[in-house]
Amino acid sequence: MTAADPSGGGAAMTAADPSRGGCPVPLAETEKVLLGHGSGGQLSAELLRDVVVPALGAAAAETVPEDAAVVRVDGLDLVVSTDAFVVSPLFFPGGDIGVLAVHGTVNDVAMMGATPLALAVAYVIEEGFPVADLRRVTASVGAAAAAAGVPVVTGDTKVVGRGAADGLFVTTTGLGRRLPGARVSAALARPGDAVLLSGPIGAHGTTILSTREALGFEADLASDTRPLHRLVAAMVAGAGQAVHVMRDPTRGGVASTLNEIAAAAGVGIEIDEAAVAVPAPVASACELLGLDPLHVANEGCLVAVVAPESAEALLATMRATPEGRDAVRLGSVVGEHPGRVVMRTLMGGRRVVDMLVGEQLPRIC
Amino acid sequence: MRYVDEYRDPALARRLFAEIRAAATRPWTLMEVCGGQTHTIVRQGIDELLPAGLRMIHGPGCPVCVTPLELIDKALEIAGRDEVVFTSYGDMLRVPGSRTDLLSLRARGADVRVVYSPLDAVRIAADRPDREVVFFAVGFETTAPANAMAVLRAHQLGLPNFSMLVSHVLVPPAMTAILDAPDCEVQAFLAAGHVCAVMGWTQYEPIAARYGVPIVVTGFEPLDLLEGILMAVRQLEDGRAAVENQYARAVRRSGNTQAQDAIRRVFRIGDRAWRGIGTIPGSGLMLTDEFAGYDAEPRFAVAGLSAREHPACIAGDILRGTRVPTDCAAYGTLCTPRTPLGAPMVSTEGTCAAFYNAGRVRPAVTAGPR
Amino acid sequence: MCLGIPGRIGSVDDASGLHMGTVDFGGVEREVCLAYVPEAQAGDYVIVHVGFAISTVDEAEARRTLEVLEAMGDVLEQELAGGPGAAP
Repeated sequence: MTAADPSGGGAAMTAADPSRGGCPVPLAETEKVLLGHGSGGQLSAELLRDVVVPALGAAAAETVPEDAAVVRVDGLDLVVSTDAFVVSPLFFPGGDIGVLAVHGTVNDVAMMGATPLALAVAYVIEEGFPVADLRRVTASVGAAAAAAGVPVVTGDTKVVGRGAADGLFVTTTGLGRRLPGARVSAALARPGDAVLLSGPIGAHGTTILSTREALGFEADLASDTRPLHRLVAAMVAGAGQAVHVMRDPTRGGVASTLNEIAAAAGVGIEIDEAAVAVPAPVASACELLGLDPLHVANEGCLVAVVAPESAEALLATMRATPEGRDAVRLGSVVGEHPGRVVMRTLMGGRRVVDMLVGEQLPRIC
Repeated sequence: MRYVDEYRDPALARRLFAEIRAAATRPWTLMEVCGGQTHTIVRQGIDELLPAGLRMIHGPGCPVCVTPLELIDKALEIAGRDEVVFTSYGDMLRVPGSRTDLLSLRARGADVRVVYSPLDAVRIAADRPDREVVFFAVGFETTAPANAMAVLRAHQLGLPNFSMLVSHVLVPPAMTAILDAPDCEVQAFLAAGHVCAVMGWTQYEPIAARYGVPIVVTGFEPLDLLEGILMAVRQLEDGRAAVENQYARAVRRSGNTQAQDAIRRVFRIGDRAWRGIGTIPGSGLMLTDEFAGYDAEPRFAVAGLSAREHPACIAGDILRGTRVPTDCAAYGTLCTPRTPLGAPMVSTEGTCAAFYNAGRVRPAVTAGPR
Repeated sequence: MCLGIPGRIGSVDDASGLHMGTVDFGGVEREVCLAYVPEAQAGDYVIVHVGFAISTVDEAEARRTLEVLEAMGDVLEQELAGGPGAAP
């Protein structure tokens, strides 16, 4: 009996023969879901591929994984997206779970080149959760929805027993309509395209990690959570189908997003370390915890892959918006090393930028 | 960040590369001891930018990588017990034992917690007198003062429910073991800067003299490593073999005497097994008799474990620097950071992980002169 | 070993029975044990590893290292300007 090969690679695995008394191969955990399965990196991709997609039928298997889906109805391209928010702590500098839930789904819809039109919100509340906190979160949801101009039109509330949920889980589903002239998909990245980034990275993930008590860090950090649909609208209005891909690099960070695009389109990507902007306190927190800012979650920036002749104009368009003020060109799409992302280091060397493997753990050495 | 960013200046790096190219007239083989240095070198692609013939061998300076398999298995056994809160530095959570790892154990419900500082583990013990708090005290000399203070603090607070699983290793015996090996190709060392911040560099003077190898105490930023390499190359070219200090902003010859006093009070030197290498005499730290009560091994009386390494894993050769990850049949196929067979693939500082995460699929080819 | 980060001592506090301080790492602060750098004061820079200061940063040495590196480039340029016969 051959042990299941969790890496999905082609190499033959040593056969695990129970009769030989003790398997010498330390098998990766395949029986229980790990925290890392939710972190947006390789493990997440494997869970989707091995467990989720096979069950959802041929349609799910054929499509390129995107942040949202397009459903064509009577000649209209509707866009729908859903996301669950389980962030802990619920309240953090720069926002809370409510704000995150609104912006996250607004952005996922927007990343398809769509205008978000309406939101549905569902709560799963743990028994004993303070009503004052529920009021606070809901006020945030309302304020964020209003500021984004995307109304919450329906919802649901469930309460589960003590211990069955971590305080509060929020799921939002967003409905939108594709902007005229927009056609984006990760599969459309082409060699020669420019890779753009709308702003500095790393703020959200390091804010969350530093707010968690156990690590004891205080920082002037705040989540960068913000709605990006207006930035997207400006980009599509300006460049239309020259915008090939748009993604917001949430879990797994910019590295994972670039890898997903490279894999989906079968292209290589080359970026410049010097172009990546990391705010000082974020950089410091990452140093202390041994984290790579490229793997840290963001909630307020986007990556765009665009036709090269439109790059300069698009950067100008982006920089004219509040959300895209610090937009930069990260690099280019290339025909070499398909599926791989390579970075030119500060020292002038080269290294591959891989997807996040599992959960980000602070390291000592 | 001050005292960090300045040492990453690309313009100054270019000058150092030029100086190194000008200084090296012959092939030389250097070893950087510390995993943190390996990390910087590989992540910045520095070794691929050095002149042809100047080779960096990555040393066993990754305490995570060298923690004996038996000890990992003991940690897993203890962590699985209901009354235990098992605390550890983050690096250790994915290291494979014979059958599983701490992260998987946590997924199955064990109370395994990452701490940044060992004092956090002591705090947990103070807050939870109903639980047994065990701390996985791993590290080189750099971490020994911190781990020592945890014991001293627990002692000061009179905590009966705190203990440590100790896996401390020392650098100088490892260096001499490497130098004594018949297939040793190392001609100069970059010594670990933070180990020396604690211990000073007097222990390295007899090594440099006896073996005729230059030893340069080096920092961790790209410019530190390049300057350290330059200093080592200059010594080699001149036929000198002395201990020099590149990391002068943090290291003094006598080191940190308060830290050394604490280490001496809490720990004594003993023999220690290094995963993949074997036992190196006098290369480890154990708790002294005064603090033996804080030793988790006798407290939890873990026995009868049979530790088994994966047959395909060549970690020992990697750690000794006699082979590189791309020599390994399992590298990148059976063995990846996602499915590691041995410790050098798990630890972000292990050579195999450093190579894999930098996308190395063939031996590093050093660039010719530019 | 590794991951020793330089930070600036903001304040010192012995209330807990341990010599502790708050250290600022470029915008991130953490409580750090200063027992091993008893001479260090607020305003000094220390190298911190797993929540412990293991060494003070010698600012004069730090400056000297950078000055040596900066001077390197100038010397090299002068030598190159000296023509093919210039010593390496």
